[in-house]
Amino acid sequence: MSEVTSHSTEAKVAPSSTDEFIKGLWRENPVFVQVLGMCPVLAVSNTAENALAMGLATAFVLLMSNILVSSLQNFIPKQVRIASYILIIATFVTITDYTIQAISVELHKSLGAFISLIVVNCLILSRAEAFASKNTVGKSIMDALGMGGGFVFALFCLGAVREVMGNGTFFGLSLFPEGFQSWIVMILPAGGFFTLAAWLLIFNLLQQKKSKQ
Amino acid sequence: MEPSKMEQEQAILTSRDNFKMLRAMVGISALCGFLIVLTYEGTLPRVERLRAEALEKAIFRVIPGTSTTEAFAFDGSTFTKAGDNATDIVYVGYDDLGNLKGVAIEASGQGYADIIKILYGYNPEKQHIIGFYVLETKETPGLGDKIEKDKDFLANFSALDVSLSDDLEKIVNKVVTVKQGTKQNPWEIDGITGATISSRAIGNIIGESTLTWIPRIKKNLEKMKRNE
Repeated sequence: MSEVTSHSTEAKVAPSSTDEFIKGLWRENPVFVQVLGMCPVLAVSNTAENALAMGLATAFVLLMSNILVSSLQNFIPKQVRIASYILIIATFVTITDYTIQAISVELHKSLGAFISLIVVNCLILSRAEAFASKNTVGKSIMDALGMGGGFVFALFCLGAVREVMGNGTFFGLSLFPEGFQSWIVMILPAGGFFTLAAWLLIFNLLQQKKSKQ
Repeated sequence: MEPSKMEQEQAILTSRDNFKMLRAMVGISALCGFLIVLTYEGTLPRVERLRAEALEKAIFRVIPGTSTTEAFAFDGSTFTKAGDNATDIVYVGYDDLGNLKGVAIEASGQGYADIIKILYGYNPEKQHIIGFYVLETKETPGLGDKIEKDKDFLANFSALDVSLSDDLEKIVNKVVTVKQGTKQNPWEIDGITGATISSRAIGNIIGESTLTWIPRIKKNLEKMKRNE
């Protein structure tokens, strides 16, 4: 799906840098349109804070790996490109892991195993393969910022809804009066699926409306 | 037979390709290794400080009234002040005047989802558990994680009886978790309906841990009191 959409935009006039940025945020949003990287999207979006932290960590890895991949594109022979990309991605994930530990033990505890699983987030590998390896460093940075921003946005949409409904709080602040019976299923894994489905529904309705016009 | 010219060219070409591949992989590996080591070394002091701070905060929570703490290691028969790589450690809390306020003990055991790691405070004078804090848990949010949040459950640990027999060898009544609302004795933990397995796990962890640690601590209390 990502292949098709990115080719169709490239086929038109060479897109500007702002266009590269905007497409990831909205038109080709990695979660709501491309449906990539579902593992962290479903697992770590149970609170707004976790979702934001996970989104930012992924966006950072995406940005750094896009920069390195695009600047090394002539140095990496195509036979070993996937191995090289994974190596580069894994390095930045490890760096992110240590950095988050140094920022807050609590945060590291709540993100848990999902930090190291950024390595296998297909969003990052797909951007390295489909975009960064074929474009200039500048464009790759814009692409990573757009896609990363889109990923943060999507995770935050899920996290905010799930935290408010499942826990009655927003960024840890209580929203409802004492005695509010929160909808626990929303912070459990099943709630992730419900929320994602609802957002996908909204997104597709919007797009349908637009294409009819 | 001599290899033809084309074959020779082919061989040169593949060896050049091989070299390129090797160069790319080795080069990237070296760069990545360098970056990782750099970050590790750069963040290590802060990570260690944060961990120590988190532990200290937990100790202050489980032993109310503590202002300084000291780690003691158990070497099989007695306690000595813990060195850097010591194992089997307990943390003794003192107030401003240097009086022993309690001992914090780490314990862990199987919960519902994964191993639960806890810290609990022991008051040797009253022979009570006086505080409880969950260090690490992956229990289900909203259900099992009530062991950290439920006020009624946490109230169990303000005075949980772990009295020793007169010869200081055994705990008279092992700590157990009972069904919610049926707590009758001071050594019972009132469980949580909806988090049965997790709250029972806490009972088991404390029960097992106190069996070994409380007699050891009570016997060596004088040394800890003098902080030596």
